Amino acid sequence: MSLAKRIIPCLDVTNGRVVKGVNFVALRDAGDPVEISRRYDEQGADELTFLDITASSDNRDLILHIIEAVASQVFIPLTVGGGVRQVDDVRRLLNAGADKVSINTSAVLNPQLVAEASDHYGSQCIVVAIDAKKVSAPDETSRWEVFTHGGRKPTGIDTIEWAKKMQSYGAGEILLTSMDRDGTRNGFDLALTRAVSDAVDIPVIASGGVGNLDHLVDGILQGHADAVLAASIFHYGEFTVQQAKAYMAVHGIEVRL
Amino acid sequence: MTDIAIVDYGMGNLRSVQKALEHVAPAVSITVTSDPDIVWRAERVVVPGQGAMRNCMHELEARSLREAVVDAAANKPFLGICLGLQMLFDKSEEGDMQCLHLLPGKVVHFPAASMKTVDGQKLKVPHMGWNQVHQTMEHPMWDGIAKDARFYFVHSYYVETALATTIAAQTDYPFPFTCAIAKDNIFAVQFHPEKSQSAGLTLLSNFAKWTPNV
Repeated sequence: MSLAKRIIPCLDVTNGRVVKGVNFVALRDAGDPVEISRRYDEQGADELTFLDITASSDNRDLILHIIEAVASQVFIPLTVGGGVRQVDDVRRLLNAGADKVSINTSAVLNPQLVAEASDHYGSQCIVVAIDAKKVSAPDETSRWEVFTHGGRKPTGIDTIEWAKKMQSYGAGEILLTSMDRDGTRNGFDLALTRAVSDAVDIPVIASGGVGNLDHLVDGILQGHADAVLAASIFHYGEFTVQQAKAYMAVHGIEVRL
Repeated sequence: MTDIAIVDYGMGNLRSVQKALEHVAPAVSITVTSDPDIVWRAERVVVPGQGAMRNCMHELEARSLREAVVDAAANKPFLGICLGLQMLFDKSEEGDMQCLHLLPGKVVHFPAASMKTVDGQKLKVPHMGWNQVHQTMEHPMWDGIAKDARFYFVHSYYVETALATTIAAQTDYPFPFTCAIAKDNIFAVQFHPEKSQSAGLTLLSNFAKWTPNV
């Protein structure tokens, strides 16, 4: 027995509420972040990820209060992302109680931010989030492009090369979201997950598309992910984290029960 | 009078250590501090820490905290977490740094060539997530914690002690490495009890009431 594969419920937060979108749009309210965090903690979640998708900068500080409230009640690792633009944003989130900070668009605009933040606070707390979309034709070798700004802007950057570059800049982990799958409930993009996970030495979290428990198993066994992230299957009470772990254990995956 | 001082030398998330201790020991006075006097006077001292060893040693010196930390490690219940464990040893491969020389041994990186499972799967570094802590000695800090309980780890370096009798627990990744050290009034761990849910809270609760036999 050794290191357990992690299950990470993801909470998309806007204006102080947890919401869930389909293909990055059409938001649905899913509840109070502190209450939901406590529920997942009780169910045995290995970590929690909060993505602040608040559009207006007026409400940016709300996430700090939410993290403070969660961190005083829930004693598992907390990752927070969304709108991180400078080293000072990293500092503020860590001080509020985040253990890791996830950087997405700003890493593309300014890769040096990843280097500076990891040099200062350590690689262990810097996650680079990548939103990837398949851009190759069906008869071509698979190729995925990095998108930014919540999936709206193409960058021309190849996802695998980008993941390797971010590792060399000091990222401690990659949070990899397939935009093609996000919110579809059709399962992870396993080829993408595997290609990235095999290409880097740092842990990779698979994200985007989980609709049932087999998808979680596939993400680990076929996608070679170190952790799996899901939102809607947990938010609406379809499955508990416990059920997910029990199912993974039956399929030979080491989990923390 | 501070019962427990959490030493703040600017390295990483101290709030979570504070919150977790407050949660398990609500009647105890807990201070996060970079004031050496408070550390000198505290009954118990916690040294957490994440990030790079170079910055860690530099910040300890810059804030004149080194002597207070050395004193605490010699004289009172002392809990080191992550870098707070590693700094106790002679030196670290991370930036080729001299550390506090309080325990014999060194801090080394997970060797790239060994990072595979028995069936050939790549093991990632940092070692990140929940792994089993195999207790190798009886100790009051383990009270109420299952023998192979899982704790949360996140690190790329680990300690190689020259004093096998101080090993309090080991973890496999993929080979057994020392993840907890116990010597007199010192208890120090590589994992993060403040992030390890009930097992971690139990360990912190044990620390708040631990009376070392020295």
